[in-house]
Amino acid sequence: MKMLGLSRKDTTFLLIVIALTLFTPILLQPFPEGSGLATFNAGYPDLMQRFAIFGIFAIGFNILFGLTGYLSFGHAAFLGVGSYSVVWMYKLLGYSVVPGILLAVVVSAVFALVIGFISLRRSGIYFSILTLAFAQMSYNLAYSVLTPLTNGETGLQVYTNDPQVLMGENSPTSPHFFGIVMNESSKLNVGGWEFTFNNGYYFTAIVAILVFYLSMRIFRSPFGLMLRAIKTNQTRLNYTGLNSRPYTLAAFVISGMYAGLAGALMASMDPLAGAERMQWTASGEVVLMTILGGAGTLMGPILGAGFIKYFENIFSKINDNMLHQWFAWMPDGIENFLIGVSHFFVGKSWHLTLGLLFMLVVIFLPGGLVEGGQRIARRFRSRKSKDDGSEAQTQPAE
Amino acid sequence: MGILEVKNVGKRFGGLQALSDVNLSVQENSVHAIIGPNGAGKSTLLNCFVGKLIPDTGSVMFNGQSVLGLKPHQINQMGISRVFQTPEIFSDLDVMENVMISCFARRDGSFRMHPFETVAHETDIVEQAEKMLTEVNMIDKRHMHASSLSRGDKRRLEMAMCLAQEPKLLLLDEPTAGMARADTNNTIDLLKEIREKRDITMAIIEHDMHVVFSLADRITVLAQGTPLVEDTPENIKGHPKVKEAYLGEAA
Repeated sequence: MKMLGLSRKDTTFLLIVIALTLFTPILLQPFPEGSGLATFNAGYPDLMQRFAIFGIFAIGFNILFGLTGYLSFGHAAFLGVGSYSVVWMYKLLGYSVVPGILLAVVVSAVFALVIGFISLRRSGIYFSILTLAFAQMSYNLAYSVLTPLTNGETGLQVYTNDPQVLMGENSPTSPHFFGIVMNESSKLNVGGWEFTFNNGYYFTAIVAILVFYLSMRIFRSPFGLMLRAIKTNQTRLNYTGLNSRPYTLAAFVISGMYAGLAGALMASMDPLAGAERMQWTASGEVVLMTILGGAGTLMGPILGAGFIKYFENIFSKINDNMLHQWFAWMPDGIENFLIGVSHFFVGKSWHLTLGLLFMLVVIFLPGGLVEGGQRIARRFRSRKSKDDGSEAQTQPAE
Repeated sequence: MGILEVKNVGKRFGGLQALSDVNLSVQENSVHAIIGPNGAGKSTLLNCFVGKLIPDTGSVMFNGQSVLGLKPHQINQMGISRVFQTPEIFSDLDVMENVMISCFARRDGSFRMHPFETVAHETDIVEQAEKMLTEVNMIDKRHMHASSLSRGDKRRLEMAMCLAQEPKLLLLDEPTAGMARADTNNTIDLLKEIREKRDITMAIIEHDMHVVFSLADRITVLAQGTPLVEDTPENIKGHPKVKEAYLGEAA
C-alpha cells in the first residue's frame, strides 16, 4: 500500500508508528495495579505527554544534527520561546491553545533565523559554542532584563486580572483545543489493570504523528538529500554548484520551529513557562536523546526521547523501601549489599545509570538504539535463512 | 579568444611569490595541460580559477566574464567543474545519490527549497543519473555505498558527477595521482572517450608525462610561478628549457 507520497516501506513504517502512538496508554501499562512491578508502568498522562513532546523536540533536532551534522547546543532557547508565546496568548486571549501554538511556531522560526544566520557562519565546535552562547544569553535575559515579558524567576503564568479577551462565560478555565480540555482523562479498568486515556496526550500524540510524517517527507526529499550531502562533504557540494549556507539555515529554522512547537505543547499541557526550560542542560538533553536513539535515522530520536524520559521518571522513583521489598527473599547480608549497590543507580542517582547506558551505546552501538535493533533483526534474518537452507543475502543498507 | 583567459595573474603568500605574471589562454574544445615541477604553482593557479583563492593581481575571464571574487558554487554554475587530486565524493551516500546531486544542481541552481518532493519520484533526474552512470560503466554499482568503491571507481564517480552537470570547462587536478598503471590507463581512456562524445574543454594539471602526452593539445610549462613555454606536445618534448626545468630534474 502506498499513500501520502510515501513508498510502500515508509507507509508501513508510518502506520506502525501511528498504531504504537495511539495504543501507548495500553502498551505502557503492562503490569496490574498494586503488583510489585507497577512502578515500571509508564502509562500515566504526565509522562506520556512528555514522551510525545520530547519526541517532537528530538525529531526536529535530528533534522539539523542528524542530517547536516551541525551540532546545536542551544535548541532549548526555542523551547522556552515556544512556551512563553503560548502563555502570553492565554493571558491576552484565553485558554484556547491554537493561537498560542501558531504564534510559538512563528516566533521560534524568526528567532531561529536570526541565531542561525549568525551561528552558521562557523561550523564544527565553533558553531556549537555560538549556539550555546545564544541559548545561555536568552536564559539569562529571561531571568533579568526581560522580566516584564517572562516574569523572571516566578515564571510566566495566567492571573485572574489578565485580559483574556476571548474568554466567554462557559469557556474552560484551563488549556483546551476547541473545548477539549487537555487535563481531562477517562479511565478504563480491566481486571487489575487501569488505563488512562488523556486528552492532552492524544493531542500531543496527533501533533507528533503529523510532524513525524513531515520529517519523513523531508528525509526522502531532494532537500533532505542535500542536507545529507552537507554532512558528508561540503567541499564537493560547493564545487558542485550548490550553496550550502541557505540549506543549513533552512534546516536550522525548521528544527527551531519543531523545538518551538514542543515548547508550545509543554505550555499547552500545563499553563506555565519558566526560564529554566532554556538552560543548557535542556539543550544537552536533546543531544543525548538523538545520539542515544540514533542520529540521522527516522525513528532514533523518538526512541532516545522515550528512553531518557522513562529513566528520568521511573528510575528516579525507586527508593530504598522498594529495594528492600524486592530483595527481601535474600539472606540479610547479601540483601544489604545488593541494596547498597543498587542505591547508586536508582532514585536520585538515576543519572548514573543513564550515563553508563549512554557510554555503552556510544562505544558499542555508534548508530544508537536503532543500530542495535537492526543488528538483532539481521541476526534473526540470517538464522532464519540458514534454517531454510538458502544463502544469507546481504542487502545494501537503506 | 580562449574560453579561459588568464592575464598577468600574480599571487603572493607572505614572503613567497607563488605566481607572477601568468598569462594563459585555453582554447575551446581543447585539452590544455599545465605541467611543472613540485612547487611551480600549478595548484595555486587552479585554485584561482575556481574561487578558492583570489589572485593579488591580474584577471581570470571565463567565457568573457570575470570569475574573481565569486564563490566556488557560483563559478561552478557558470560552467566550470573540478576534479580533485584525491576524489571528493559524498562517501556516506550511495553512487546513484552522488550523481543525482549533480543533476539537481544543474536543474535547480545553487539553492532550491523542495522539502516535500520525493527524490524517487523525480524521474528525469533518476534517468539522467542512470544514463551518466552507464556512460562511465558504473551502472551496476549504482546502489553501492560510495565509501566502499575502489580508488579508480571513486575517480570515475567523481568524473560522472562533474560530467552530469555538462560543464563547458573541466578542470582536472592530477587525475591519476597515486594510481596504478592499469587505473591510469583506464582514466586516460575515459578522458579520451569523454572528449570524443561531447563538446568540452579540459584543463589538466599532471605529473605523469605519459598522461599529458597522450591527452593534451597544448602544454604550458610552469616553473617558479611563471609560464616558461607554451607549445604543442611534440615541441615541448624536445624543448631545452623544459628539459632543464622539469624533465632534466625527473631524469
